[in-house]
Amino acid sequence: MKFGILVNEGPYQHQSSDSAYMFTKAALENGHEIYRVFFYHDGVNNGTRLTVPPQDDRHIVNRWTELGKEHNLDLVVCIAAAQRRGLLDENEAKRQGKDANNIAEGFRISGLGQLIEAGIQSDRLVVFGD
Amino acid sequence: MTENVTKKFLYVNRKAPYGTIYALESLEVVLIGAAFEQDVSVAFIDDGVYQLKKDQSTDGIGMKNFSPTYNALGDYEVTQIYVDKESLDERGLTADDLMNLVYEDEDDDYAEKSSISIVNRDELAKLMEQQDVVLSF
Repeated sequence: MKFGILVNEGPYQHQSSDSAYMFTKAALENGHEIYRVFFYHDGVNNGTRLTVPPQDDRHIVNRWTELGKEHNLDLVVCIAAAQRRGLLDENEAKRQGKDANNIAEGFRISGLGQLIEAGIQSDRLVVFGD
Repeated sequence: MTENVTKKFLYVNRKAPYGTIYALESLEVVLIGAAFEQDVSVAFIDDGVYQLKKDQSTDGIGMKNFSPTYNALGDYEVTQIYVDKESLDERGLTADDLMNLVYEDEDDDYAEKSSISIVNRDELAKLMEQQDVVLSF
């Protein structure tokens, strides 16, 4: 089956991002396809590379990056939600006149149309949120 | 953009409009999604019914009153709006407390019609069952 994944909550604050990761990983391990993982609301914070959790805790951001690399996942962060919350890639930082960017490896920033498209193209869109 | 596929999308709004950003960002998804020409319904349940309350004022909280944007839904051809009756009842609200959201019916000489249907939970459950994609905010 082809899944689309929507992550609506931030890392560490809410279990949703852990559950989304575990679901995605399990789906892949069982031979399913992940069409796209879309990060919205505070979920965009799953994609900042400046995250530094304590050493004895899971690294939620790196975990997505590694899973993405292993399975060639399309990890998409919503641009409007990201701009509100201070998440920028190199292009956006330049465009907005900011002195830095913070997007993590393997993530890309794009529009909400990517979420709708995931709903259309996937057999199931699974929402992880509050 | 994807051609030739029409799916039934339902957006479920469950949160009050200003306590969290879910309502505002959900409305943004509905408006963007309208460009994809899918079969779109929007439901308001639990505290989500407050999103459609008329005469909203945000003067005291320093936030933008985005409620007028719901009036644009009709122009975006989002015309199937469902409000859970029990959620209204539980909060002492009636249909008269909601904004008058309308659309122009192309098939009926552009007559102005209400987009809002007040439904009970059984009807909502049936509506959800019919969907291909349910986005819950």
